[in-house]
Amino acid sequence: MIPEIGQFALALALMIAVAQVALPLWGAQRGDAALIAFARPAAAAHFACVAIAFAALMASFVGNDFSVINVASNSNSKLPLAYRIAATWGSHEGSLLLWTLMLAGWTCAVAVLSGRLPAAVTARVIGVLGIVSVGFLLFMLFTSNPFDRTLPPLDGRDLNPLLQDPGMVAHPPLLYMGYVGFSVAFAFAVAALIDGRLDPAWARFARPWTVAAWAFLSVGIALGSFWAYYELGWGGWWFWDPVENASLMPWLAGTALIHSLAVTEKRRVFKSWTVVLAIVTFSLSLLGTFLVRSGVLTSVHAFATDPTRGVFILALLMVVSGGAFALYAWRANSLGPGGTFSSWSRETLLLANNVLLVTVTAAVIIGTLYPLAIDALGLGKISVGPPYFETVFLPLLAPAILLMGLAPVVAWKQAEGRPVARQAIIAAAAAAVLTAATLLAAGGGSVLTTVGLLLGWWAVSAVVAGVVTRLARAAAPDFAGRLRSLSASYCGMQLAHLGIAVLVLAVTMVKSYSTELDMEIRPGQSGTLSGRTFALEGFSEKTGPNYSAIVAHFAVTEANGRVRSLQAEKRRYFASEQTMTEAAIDRSLTRDLYISLGDPLGTDAGAAWSVRFQVKPFINWIWLAVLMMAAGGVLAVSDRRYRIAPRAARTSGGPSLSPAPSPPAALPAGEGAA
Amino acid sequence: MKPRTRRFLWIAAGAGALAAAVALMLFALRDNLVFFYTPTQIAADEVPRNKTFRLGGLVEKGSVGRDPQDNLVVIFRVTDLAKTIPVRFRGTLPDLFAEGRGIVAQGKIDSEGRFNANEVLAKHDEAYMPPEAAEALKRAGHPVGAPEQFRKPPPGTGK
Repeated sequence: MIPEIGQFALALALMIAVAQVALPLWGAQRGDAALIAFARPAAAAHFACVAIAFAALMASFVGNDFSVINVASNSNSKLPLAYRIAATWGSHEGSLLLWTLMLAGWTCAVAVLSGRLPAAVTARVIGVLGIVSVGFLLFMLFTSNPFDRTLPPLDGRDLNPLLQDPGMVAHPPLLYMGYVGFSVAFAFAVAALIDGRLDPAWARFARPWTVAAWAFLSVGIALGSFWAYYELGWGGWWFWDPVENASLMPWLAGTALIHSLAVTEKRRVFKSWTVVLAIVTFSLSLLGTFLVRSGVLTSVHAFATDPTRGVFILALLMVVSGGAFALYAWRANSLGPGGTFSSWSRETLLLANNVLLVTVTAAVIIGTLYPLAIDALGLGKISVGPPYFETVFLPLLAPAILLMGLAPVVAWKQAEGRPVARQAIIAAAAAAVLTAATLLAAGGGSVLTTVGLLLGWWAVSAVVAGVVTRLARAAAPDFAGRLRSLSASYCGMQLAHLGIAVLVLAVTMVKSYSTELDMEIRPGQSGTLSGRTFALEGFSEKTGPNYSAIVAHFAVTEANGRVRSLQAEKRRYFASEQTMTEAAIDRSLTRDLYISLGDPLGTDAGAAWSVRFQVKPFINWIWLAVLMMAAGGVLAVSDRRYRIAPRAARTSGGPSLSPAPSPPAALPAGEGAA
Repeated sequence: MKPRTRRFLWIAAGAGALAAAVALMLFALRDNLVFFYTPTQIAADEVPRNKTFRLGGLVEKGSVGRDPQDNLVVIFRVTDLAKTIPVRFRGTLPDLFAEGRGIVAQGKIDSEGRFNANEVLAKHDEAYMPPEAAEALKRAGHPVGAPEQFRKPPPGTGK
């Protein structure tokens, strides 16, 4: 009964979504207030229906309803409750439903929070979001129905053991919040194209939505990397796997979009470019979702095994992205000319930043899609290794990080050279000293290590110098007052930039100073790595809810004599008969000790095992850095002006976005977030 | 500077940067493409020496052992059901490695004609057949590798 309710709710959601597309878009075109007013309630009803469907699927998982194929294939009666809930989005069908739920949720959020937007604009945005929703609902109902039934088996096949982990519970929802969040920027861009107007007020509306989506996507990617690090069992944190690249592409394009939107809001330039980036970013989200979820990536043959799915994917991409680009080609001229700026201004630096980010995005797309294209054309099977991505990333992102340190102190429109040069020299000198100190403490490093440290410390110093200068220049007499004079969006920007700096430093440290030791070890024996002694004390057995495990007990003696005990496991899951390595990790801010259990090298009880010991300095800062970026994004979204300025816009009324007060001719250096 | 000169300089700089970026990508791509070969192709000596490539196929049943000189080296044979090739790998095997299952290994052919793997790829699902392994079997005339066929049905569905 419950799956049927879900099925019905999905079908109803499709009907509502169709109406949510047709009526508001038509109404906005005709200026029909009644049709325009339909947009908001439609978005809410749509969300309610998808939420009911999602709840129905979750209830089927929680209640072990194995007559639903999806449940039978991805759950098991012995699976703990939390993972039965997480299994709702553990499959292709379930994750599509989650996607649709997120989309409906963002749409509903736009409907609720856009009270200060002109009604016609809201109607267009909601209508465009509806188009995407219709596509996904059709895709689900016709090719990937999560509620399909079967003769119930005795028990389910169980969730893939790799996914039975707290990280996996939160990773897909966060990632999808990011992916889908970019749909709002996309819808704003398409609405602006239909409207034929794009002014700073538009950019101000679109900005917080884009930054919020970007923050979610950042955390989602970081969580996936964190999960791979501790769950895949081998201590890697980024593999340049096509699945990871699929999430990195929209993130890179989204980062460019955030910066381009900032310029469009402040200076009315880069309008067309911003619109293109908004379309590209969401198209890459769609591409990423489908690459991962359609089976195109794991095997191109998935197209052959289920041609309808593959064809539907291409059709949807074509309609959504192709349609948006066609509209752009037709209407881009109507967006109006932009302002001018000198070649030494913040606009120029942000333009360079955008070019670099887009180039990196293109490089990732090429590296990810090239093997697929070669395979699809029948030209053979190839793969593109991590060295490709590393070779391309460093020369393209190093200048971007140099610019990141400069841009916030360079004035809009026409900048002066001297104050910027003074700050740059101070930051560069600080970076050189800090790098030398780090190299000294670490006992040396390669050229690449030095470059990485210089870049990271340069970015840290630039943020500190920027904030200090800003505080010193503030008008308030006391420190607290000066601190208050910094806007939330400025602090958010600097925090996010600091996150990038910390990320660069952490990646450099991990890449340069990690050590590992593969060895054959018996109980009572030990190995030495980076001044630490790893001793195997013995084995025990353990039984979990749906697996049994061999537990190896290790004692690690640090250089200062402190002893830590770690337990690494080798699990065997009952239903799938799959083996899983659970690594033992001792975490700290300065280093992780990482032990993974290999295989027994004999059959007798006292046999040796193969074991890998690793020491990873500062690795946790990689994920903390991303959290800093996301926190910066949240801080920027909370800025007062996103709440105050639109109110002023509403009082002037009008069917379209009302023009915001034009920006002053020359803003002081450091004004606003870039 | 006249606006026209300035615009020209901008475009020239943009084109130069684009050319540099494309050159960088092509350069990086050329050096880092990893090709794929089947045991049959290796037996026919179609594989360049001293070049890293990917090998796909099934782990031959009963072939997995360890090097008596170095217990951390795993020795096994990979087959496409037409030809087999001996493989050596030092390190810890992924959880999904098992006799009779499809694998993909990356490495080089050594002087004794063995495949020295530096990486054995783990995938996320035990029912999943690596596309390279499926391709090797297909080319050797034993197409069992399509992922859907390889997937065992849920117990009791009678499929």
